[in-house]
This record gives sequence, C-alpha cells and structure tokens, in this order.
Amino acid sequence: MKRLLTLLFCLCTFAGFAAEPTEGGEKEEAFNPGEMILHHIGDSHEWHWFSTDNNEFTSYLPIIAYRPGKGLSVFSSKHLIKGAEETENPAATAKTTEESEGPVYEGLRLHHEELVATDGSPVYDFSITKNIAALLGSSLLMLVLFRYIASNYAKNQGRAPKGIQSFFEPIIVFIRDEIAKKSIGPKYERYMPYLLTLFFFVWFNNLLGLTPGAANLTGNVNITFTLAIITLAVTLFSSNKNYWGHIFNTPGVPKLLLPIMIPVEVIGIFVKPFSLMVRLFANITAGHIVILSFISLIFIFRSPAVAPVSLAFGLFINVLELLVAILQAYIFTLLTAMYIGGAVEEHHHDEEHSLDLRTGHADSVIPSPTAH
Amino acid sequence: MEIVTPKLGLIFWQLVIFLLVLFLLAKFAWKPILVALRDREDSIDNALRMAEQAKLEMQNLKAGNEKLLADARHERDQMLKEGQNIANQLVEKAKTDATEEANRIAQQARESIQQEKNQALAEVRNTAAQLSVDIAERLLRRELADPAAQQKLVDEYLKDVKLN
Repeated sequence: MKRLLTLLFCLCTFAGFAAEPTEGGEKEEAFNPGEMILHHIGDSHEWHWFSTDNNEFTSYLPIIAYRPGKGLSVFSSKHLIKGAEETENPAATAKTTEESEGPVYEGLRLHHEELVATDGSPVYDFSITKNIAALLGSSLLMLVLFRYIASNYAKNQGRAPKGIQSFFEPIIVFIRDEIAKKSIGPKYERYMPYLLTLFFFVWFNNLLGLTPGAANLTGNVNITFTLAIITLAVTLFSSNKNYWGHIFNTPGVPKLLLPIMIPVEVIGIFVKPFSLMVRLFANITAGHIVILSFISLIFIFRSPAVAPVSLAFGLFINVLELLVAILQAYIFTLLTAMYIGGAVEEHHHDEEHSLDLRTGHADSVIPSPTAH
Repeated sequence: MEIVTPKLGLIFWQLVIFLLVLFLLAKFAWKPILVALRDREDSIDNALRMAEQAKLEMQNLKAGNEKLLADARHERDQMLKEGQNIANQLVEKAKTDATEEANRIAQQARESIQQEKNQALAEVRNTAAQLSVDIAERLLRRELADPAAQQKLVDEYLKDVKLN
C-alpha cells in the first residue's frame, strides 16, 4: 500500500506554468465573489499555486478513476484541464465537445470539478486531488516530525527535553493529563495514540489550511466526516454493557418514558459524531469564507481605498483563525475523549453512591437522568 | 451545496491515509514518547521520594549524634565531679594524717620532756641528798673540835649551799 502511495505521489507532476487561455478581447468578466470563494475552499483536481498576468503556476495531480466494466484509468489531470494541453496534445482538445466543458480524455471529463464519463456511466473518482495531496503532505510532515521527536526521547533518555521536543512535550502531556485522564479515566492509555494523532492532525491541517496556496483540508466535510466516523467506530467498539444500559434502560427513568427515551438515546449516538463533523467543518470553512469575503470587497468596490480596511479585517480574522485552529483541534479531541469516556465508564452510579455514603454527602445521591 | 456533497474518493483516501498515519505514529512515535515520559516521571518521583527518605535519615542521624554528644558531655561532667571528689577526699585524708602525725610527734615530745624532767629531778634529789650527807659529815667532824667554830662552819656551808 505504501509503495502504491509513493507511486501515486510521484505521478503528480509539477508542470510549472502553462499558458493562460487568452480570453476573447478585453471583455471584462464580472467578478463573482461567491464562485471565487467556493472555488478556494473547495477541492480540485489540480493544485493551482498562483497566477501572474500571463502564466498560471499549477501542479497537475493524478486522476484515478474506476468505472465498472472499464476498470481503472490513471493519468495526469493535465489532460482534463482546459488550456493546459493545447500546445502539447491537439488531439485531446479536438475532442472538446462544448466550449464550457473541459477536454475529454479516456472518455472522462471534469464538470465543475467533478469527474464524469462522457457516456453517462457511473465513475468512482479516487483521484489524488488537491486535498489528498495536502493530506499526504501533512501526514508525511507528522510522521517525520513525531518520529524525530520520538528519537529525541530515545537520545536524551531521562533528561530534560530539548529543542522541538520541549515545544511538543507540554502539548502531549496536556492531552494525556487534561483530556485523556480526566475524560476517559483509568483506561485512557489505550486511546492515547488516537487522541494524539487526532489532535495534531486537526491542528496541523487547520494551520496548513491557513497558508496561502494550500488546500482547505479540515474545512472539507468529507475529511471531518471520516474523522467523526472513526471516533464513532472507536466509541462503539470500546463500549461496554454499562453504556448500552444507559441507552436502552436509562437508570432513573420511568418505564413509561422508555419508548421516547430509547429513540432519543439512539439518535444521540449518531448526533455526537455528527456534531463533531459539522463543528470542525463549519468553523474552518467559515473562517476561510470571512477572510476571502474581506479580500473580495476590494474587487467588489473596485477601489484600492477599501484595501486597508479589508486587509486589517482580513488580518484580524486570520489571527483569530490561528486561535480557532488549535481551539477546534482541542475541542474535537476533548469531545472524542468524552464520548469514549462515556462508552468505557464502569458502574458510574454504584461508585458514586458508595463514595457518597463514605463521605456522607446525602444530597448528591440523586442519580442524574442521563449520562450526558 | 458543492462543499457539502460527499465525495467517495476523499473519504476513501482520508480513511486509508489517516489510519496508516495513526498506525505508524502509534507504533513509532507515540509509544516511545509516552513510555519515555512515563519513565521520566517515575524516575523523578523516585528521586524525590529518595531525597525525602535521605532527609529523614539525616535527621535521625543528627538526632543520634546529638544524643551521643549529650551523653558524652554528661559522662565528662560526671568524671570531673568524681575526680573532684577523689581529690577532696585525698586532701582531707592527708590533712587528718598530718594532724595525727603532728599530734603523735607532740605527744612523743611531751613524753620525752616528762622523762627528762623526772630524770633531772631525781638527779637533783640525789645531789641534794649527797650534799646534805656531806655537810652533815663535815659538821659532825668539826663539832668534835670547837662548838663556836662549828657554828661558824655550818653557817659557811649553808651560805655555800645557798650559793649553789
């Protein structure tokens, strides 16, 4: 699998600049901020770094499409981008059916960044898109960074942390002591790798998403959906009898209410990861949209006088986003830890009772109606 | 709505890559880091506990030393007192001895004086007796010649005696 990934990674070629398609005359295209913003926060099959007046600096990423019956087709997205191929492969552009649609290659073309077959048959798009390339990059960064930090621990064993190790150590210790130990309890150790990976994955990709030209990975609902699904899976696989007891026979609730309580609790299982998914996606996307909107103001008003205001607000939101980046990583990790904690909890109420009897606090013996 | 449409490819790759990263990090990064952290915390904990123990031992040792010192001081005081007592006793004994000796010597002297005196008295008595006898003898001899002269002689002798 790893070899395949490296192979795929090699496929994405940095094509450098390709001639910008010269628009007919000096026809002024109306600036559409909504389209621009959606394009920036969305995914694409090529990595567009920046453009100058005449050139676009774009990396063409590999397209991997699976069509039932036709099998796998792997080729560079260069063949599907309008204008990228004109000089090299006139045969491909010749197949262009409509002016608005991109070129067709191997029976595939891009329709609003979506891979479709010309004959209308279903296409499963497994392309290394911009987001996936960014995902590979950030994953590689995490692997190298934390492997290096781990080697530092092996090197100065039993001594004070040094350099980058001392930057990350308090964060790791914080996740262990403040998030895992407090939310999960004595069984926290099993979940530490997941919580740490989750925290740094979200944080790093939030920050990388803020850098110019980078992909908006954590602001993509598919990414947050996958993270939420993994959290749900971890929660369900580590759940014990006590957890299900709370769902199907909530203690302290009259039997008559159970027909209402059970559906509510069952929905609760799925609402929790759903809220995780939406929270991260919405926060990051909103931040990007706000920054881009402020920048768009300059072009909407067509006046450089707006620029200082736009930049000031943009900068403010950008700095705020730096805070949001770590905050959302923390919230995602904390809530995941709490959901896991709820699933692995053992005889919560019995312990509470005995504890209360011992300490003599009779007023707190009243059982809470729901666990969360 | 484009931004919320699910994309199979993204989900697939994210799942694969994330799980791969999770596995690799868990194995090669988090495990050694967490183990190292725990080891270090344990060692710090141990060191602190040992320091506490050493402190306690030190205190015990110090208390022991102090007790030893106090004992030694007490012993020294006692020895000094004993020494003083012995010295006093010695002086006292010497004093009594000396007095006794002096008394004895005085007694001896007194006794010898008495003896000498008695001897001298006896001698005097003897001499007086001798003299008396001598005088008497001479008187008796003169009486035979002249009574007046005899008287005169007696007087003379008596004068001699007085002179003696």
